[in-house]
Amino acid sequence: MRSVVPVLTVVAALLALWYAGAVFLNLQWEVDQARRAGADPGLQAMIVNTLAQDRPLLPAPHQVIAEIWETTVEKKITSKRSLIYHGWITLSATLLGFALGTALGMTLAVGIVHSRAMDLSVMPWVIASQTIPILAVAPMIIVVLNAVGLSGLIPKALISTYLSFFPVVVGMVKGLRSPDAIQIDLMRTWSADRGQVFRKLRWPSATPYLFASLKVAAAASLVGAIVGELPTGAVAGLGARLLAGSYYGQTIQIWSALISAAVLAAGLVMVVGLVQRAVLARMGMAR
Amino acid sequence: MSLAGRPAILAALSLALAWATLSAASGDGGMPAWGWIAMLGAWAAAAALVSALANTDPGEGALRRLRDLAVPLIFGATLLFLWEAVVRGADISAVLLPAPTAIATRFSASTAVLWADFQQTFLKAVLAGYALGCGAALLTAIAIDRSDFLQRGLLPVGNFVAALPIIGIAPIMVMWFGFDWPSKAAVVVVMCLFPMLVNAAEGLKAADAMQKDLMRTYAAGYWQTLWKLRLPAAAPFLFNGLKICSTLALIGAIVAEFFGTPTVGMGFRISTEVGRMNLDMVWAEITVAALAGSAFYGLLAAIERAATFWHPSQRG
Repeated sequence: MRSVVPVLTVVAALLALWYAGAVFLNLQWEVDQARRAGADPGLQAMIVNTLAQDRPLLPAPHQVIAEIWETTVEKKITSKRSLIYHGWITLSATLLGFALGTALGMTLAVGIVHSRAMDLSVMPWVIASQTIPILAVAPMIIVVLNAVGLSGLIPKALISTYLSFFPVVVGMVKGLRSPDAIQIDLMRTWSADRGQVFRKLRWPSATPYLFASLKVAAAASLVGAIVGELPTGAVAGLGARLLAGSYYGQTIQIWSALISAAVLAAGLVMVVGLVQRAVLARMGMAR
Repeated sequence: MSLAGRPAILAALSLALAWATLSAASGDGGMPAWGWIAMLGAWAAAAALVSALANTDPGEGALRRLRDLAVPLIFGATLLFLWEAVVRGADISAVLLPAPTAIATRFSASTAVLWADFQQTFLKAVLAGYALGCGAALLTAIAIDRSDFLQRGLLPVGNFVAALPIIGIAPIMVMWFGFDWPSKAAVVVVMCLFPMLVNAAEGLKAADAMQKDLMRTYAAGYWQTLWKLRLPAAAPFLFNGLKICSTLALIGAIVAEFFGTPTVGMGFRISTEVGRMNLDMVWAEITVAALAGSAFYGLLAAIERAATFWHPSQRG
């Protein structure tokens, strides 16, 4: 709670910067317009106009909020122009990819912790896999998967999976290895087998690590879904809105898609955080 | 010698089976059944080899390092072999998935184009954006470090922004900075800014009170303490941020090129060659990106090892 005032101050400062930037970037266009019309509306009027252009270089925050309001509340959800419609398409791909990525990441982590061969052979490739800019080749993967008959939700979800499994593997491996040698020895004195050690010691101690990774993974899979919507086939989703906006110079549309993506990301991370708090409290690990 | 015996036999076995598979696959009309069996055998032998190597104890020193290098290499080679065998054996069209050998041929045939793309995307956009973004983040972290108020305000916001799909600003940057590399560098700057800021701010808190007190007894000023104690103490965190940003930077630059570029660049090449169904060229470009990304990451890891040799994670 101590940090509410500073955070609000910083957010207010960012908004002020945004307005200043909007005036600064859009002024040139107003000046050109005035010169072309041979009129001189005066600096003050021009500055007011910079915040209400149709296709500004940088739309002002209130324009973006108005656009979001118009495309969420005032449009029917089934309409192709509704942001909720596009957001839901992106969200469903994100959630599927997130679930697949988490499952894959956990499986790999369990294998890596329990098998030396997997640790030595798979782990370096898991790390190397992330230096491949998958986002950059996502459009190609979508096109190829479309050619084999996979279309719609699944290709996007696979991109999200690829992005979200990595943080889960790394966090889970760290977490499953976090019990001290002394704790594992204690389990052994109770003649616990590997499964019991896993269920009663490793898994519980990995839970906090898991949730930290899940937050990163949720954000990453949203990025994956959005980029997966960029290529030609995409007609719906926040990524498609971005691309269409950039083709037709609709900056307000780009920014409203961006802001809704940001809200979505924040929402996902928050949901994971709430689940984390509930689970850790039940396990008696609440901080 | 008995230790080295079994891996040697397994290695020979898997190589022989792999050779048999590939020669079976090179005939027309797909691979005969024995080819597929040989493929599975080669795979099993390689898996047994990896697990045999992993479970031997080579002791300390050069032998161990060789083992730790060999195991992932064998694993990677096995994956490449399976890819090649399946593509050739099942007659998968090059439009869907080109074989590794086809990609390698294409790679060596078009090094000039690949080099030009690499220059445009990596040497110009990525490096400029990366240096600016990480530098600005570090300076910001140092600047807000003296103000508790700014830290409490900026860090949650920074954490929030670091989780956002920043890649989405790419079309806006292209609109502002034009088609050439500066717009890509701008995307990279924004992508690197917040992860680096969060890590740097965390790192500047790493020096503990005892060490700061010691600096005070030496009558060290703010800048001396910063330079000689707090920045070195922050180094593990700084390198963590730098490593995260290194992969983000490459992604940002390539994706930004989808929204408009001059007719050169890795992202441009990928999107146009996908349109022309030249998938072997696309994969060659992916190889360049993966090599560049791994080399960049590896370089940072090597610098980190030299600079933070004192940290527990480097001594293990």
